[in-house]
Amino acid sequence: MNADGHIFCSRWTRAKTLEAVAFGLFRAATYVVIAAALYVFGDIAFKGGAVVFQKKAPFVNVPFLTESPETLDIFTLPADGEYRLDAGLFKRLRDANAEVRFKSTVSGGTVTFSVPVGASLHVGNTVYRALMEANGVEPLEHTTQAYAAGGIFPAIVGTVLLVVGSMTIALTLGILCAVYLSEYSRHSPFINFVRLSIVNLAGVPSIVFGMWGAAMFVILFKWNVSLLAGWCTLAFMVLPIIITGSEESLRAVPKGFRDGSLALGATQWQTVTRNVLPYALPGILTSSIMGIARIAGETAAIMFTAAFVISDKLPWQVTQVKDFFFSGVMALPYHIFVVSAKVPQNEYTARVQYGTTFVFMVIIALIALTSILLRARARSKYRW
Amino acid sequence: MKNAKCKIDDLTRAAGAPAAAAPAVSITVSDLDFYYGNTRALNGVNLQIPRGLVTAFIGPSGCGKSTLLRCFNRMNDLIDGAAVRNGSIRIHGVDIYSREVDVIELRKRVGMVFQKSNPFPKSIYENIVYGLRLQGIRDRKVLDEIVEKSLRGAALWDEVKDRLDDAATGLSGGQMQRLCIARAIAVEPEIILMDEPCSALDPIATMKIEELIRELKRNYTIVIVTHNMQQAGRCSDHTAFFYLGQLIEFARTDRIFTNPEKQQTEDYITGRFG
Repeated sequence: MNADGHIFCSRWTRAKTLEAVAFGLFRAATYVVIAAALYVFGDIAFKGGAVVFQKKAPFVNVPFLTESPETLDIFTLPADGEYRLDAGLFKRLRDANAEVRFKSTVSGGTVTFSVPVGASLHVGNTVYRALMEANGVEPLEHTTQAYAAGGIFPAIVGTVLLVVGSMTIALTLGILCAVYLSEYSRHSPFINFVRLSIVNLAGVPSIVFGMWGAAMFVILFKWNVSLLAGWCTLAFMVLPIIITGSEESLRAVPKGFRDGSLALGATQWQTVTRNVLPYALPGILTSSIMGIARIAGETAAIMFTAAFVISDKLPWQVTQVKDFFFSGVMALPYHIFVVSAKVPQNEYTARVQYGTTFVFMVIIALIALTSILLRARARSKYRW
Repeated sequence: MKNAKCKIDDLTRAAGAPAAAAPAVSITVSDLDFYYGNTRALNGVNLQIPRGLVTAFIGPSGCGKSTLLRCFNRMNDLIDGAAVRNGSIRIHGVDIYSREVDVIELRKRVGMVFQKSNPFPKSIYENIVYGLRLQGIRDRKVLDEIVEKSLRGAALWDEVKDRLDDAATGLSGGQMQRLCIARAIAVEPEIILMDEPCSALDPIATMKIEELIRELKRNYTIVIVTHNMQQAGRCSDHTAFFYLGQLIEFARTDRIFTNPEKQQTEDYITGRFG
């Protein structure tokens, strides 16, 4: 402060103090959010990445992505024994217990091996049972961890099927509905009421949709816990997002395009399909991206309608085509729920918990990326 | 339904007949009352629009001139609560608000150019052939021919012939409006309605459109709504002056501008109100 300064010399005022405080606050709040997000994603990426990727070729943990989940057996073999096991199974045993020093000799397709006294081994249930049967021994100590071994392939397949099927239903119904509301319906209190109901539907908790889906599709329609019931439940859950988003992007198409088309002798249908919908497509895809994110992560809505805790068959391993639609599937979010809520967290189960979460995030990102690329393509095609 | 077919055929036949044989009236408006909900926008309008000439509608904002124009191709049907309550509009003798008229057929024959130029976000070529594709014309040769003919008709061919596949939205304002005119004449209507086609254009572009209008009247009946009285004076043969939903005066343009019958018309034209 300069007492005899010019008229524009800087003075400290309350407004300036407030300005500095507000600026600092906004900035700090933003950084807190970023830090929290980075921690969450970093934690999952770090721990999950360690499960999914590996140092040795092929650098991806293929069994984790391609096998079904199985029980993990943790056991100690009786001391001083020599054990025999099929070579392929032995490799899996050895890979799972990299820190244990095996002494082994190969003869034909069979491996004879011994382990240090008291060494704790863990391996998936298939190998464990083969080992016990081949040698006729009883383990000294034996505990199990459900679903902690094997992979998550059926859950990946189930989630992709659920998302693709329910988005197909939701987009078809949603776009038809949005076109009707935006292009065909006249303004009336009833239509406004319908619109309001649809918007409100978006706020209904997913567990309510789950209950409704179970009551309607599973019990009333007798579809049982099935892919089809899950599709319909998820589709209805995501419909409000799709309808609202699609209607907004239809409304954003200038009225002049409709008038111009109609004035050339186009029917309403021709106008909508040739001169309105194509331009609204990027907006519709945006809403469908949001929809995908919502339903792919949905647990509550599928736990009564479509999700199996464990399924020993893949969806297409059916005798009749109709069984494909009428049997349940595993799903990634539900699998995460199961392995996190029903299985204790420890060194053995962290692998499947974080690995599943990581794979899940990658899959959602991939689906969203596809939609974003499609949207970018649609956008570059039409500009006004 | 048989009746409907017959009516449309009448419309076609009347259109195809030589101008000398048919009465020289294109659109006949009788005692028309038009409402937006409960608001009366047009009140007892009687008007005969001559064929093959340019008719201008002038009047202050809200006087109903655009409403009447949009009645001629029933674009008002799209507005909730808008309806003709009394009177009729006949085009080539057919009451276009009767039940049997197919509004799609009507709009093919009565083209429209809007105030805000509305090229579709497609290529120039696709804009012109839009109306033709609707009619199921697929033959590339036919389409090419019509595109050239329409663009020449709209005095745009020389400017765009080398970039027909470029986006129409990249054209200048005046070019866009001429493109819209070309798109309208591509489907070969008999009547072209223009709703303030030059209101967003600079004087040079306006001049080009006005020249074009004088050119087009050889083949089409043109009805133009304008706020610009000089424009009405320059390019129209007849002028209708509207005020508060009523037709005040309708006469040859030179008479309206030099010797109007009604005091209101004179006041408006000389700029005393409106």
